[in-house]
Amino acid sequence: MKLLYFAWLRERVGKPEENVDLPADVATVADLIAWLKGRGEEFEYAFEAPELIRVAVDRVHVEHDTAITGAREIAMFPPMTGG
Amino acid sequence: MPATIRIQAEPFDLAAESEKLLDGRADIGALASFTGYVRDEDGRLSALELEHYPGMAEDEIGRVAAKAESRWELLGLTAIHRYGKLAPGDPIVLVIAAASHRRAAFEAAEYMMDYLKTRAPFWKKEHLKDGTTGGWVEAKDADDSALLRWKE
Repeated sequence: MKLLYFAWLRERVGKPEENVDLPADVATVADLIAWLKGRGEEFEYAFEAPELIRVAVDRVHVEHDTAITGAREIAMFPPMTGG
Repeated sequence: MPATIRIQAEPFDLAAESEKLLDGRADIGALASFTGYVRDEDGRLSALELEHYPGMAEDEIGRVAAKAESRWELLGLTAIHRYGKLAPGDPIVLVIAAASHRRAAFEAAEYMMDYLKTRAPFWKKEHLKDGTTGGWVEAKDADDSALLRWKE
């Protein structure tokens, strides 16, 4: 599965994207964030406040309780500040 | 007429975009436009860098445009959002709504901007005149509460 990071989340994680193989028990966006937090200091820091993180599955905004089964691309980012 | 949605690094031309909407038709009675610019409030800003999610930005603005088109009877709709490093005073975003009457045009343009600010995947980073990075611009609660107006 392809993961994308934007803005300060990208800076904290230290890379814009990566491909990962998720454990079978990672079923929702919240599970994914919890799993990512355990991947090292930079992830612990990037995801220290999960409630701030916005998520898009296959380029559509979703909530943290959304299932991610079958997703190709999951993007994570801070609240948007365009316009 | 399908909405025109563009994500680009280059500047845009309000007059040219308006002409494209009006071209060859006499049923448009109202055109409302909004242009957003890079603002430097205290003279410290050298540039604003706009990061975006290339695959999603166009899709998401398209979804907002589709909602605007189902809500008001529009005769044309254009949304252009820039990315990259912009200087104070540079235009960032343009929305133009065309309709028979002013209310639909005004409201649709405002709706587009309210949703675009909170849903389009763009992030602003400040670069300061002293050469340092001012950090990422924080989202405002006021932008979220602006959406309440459009909920039934």
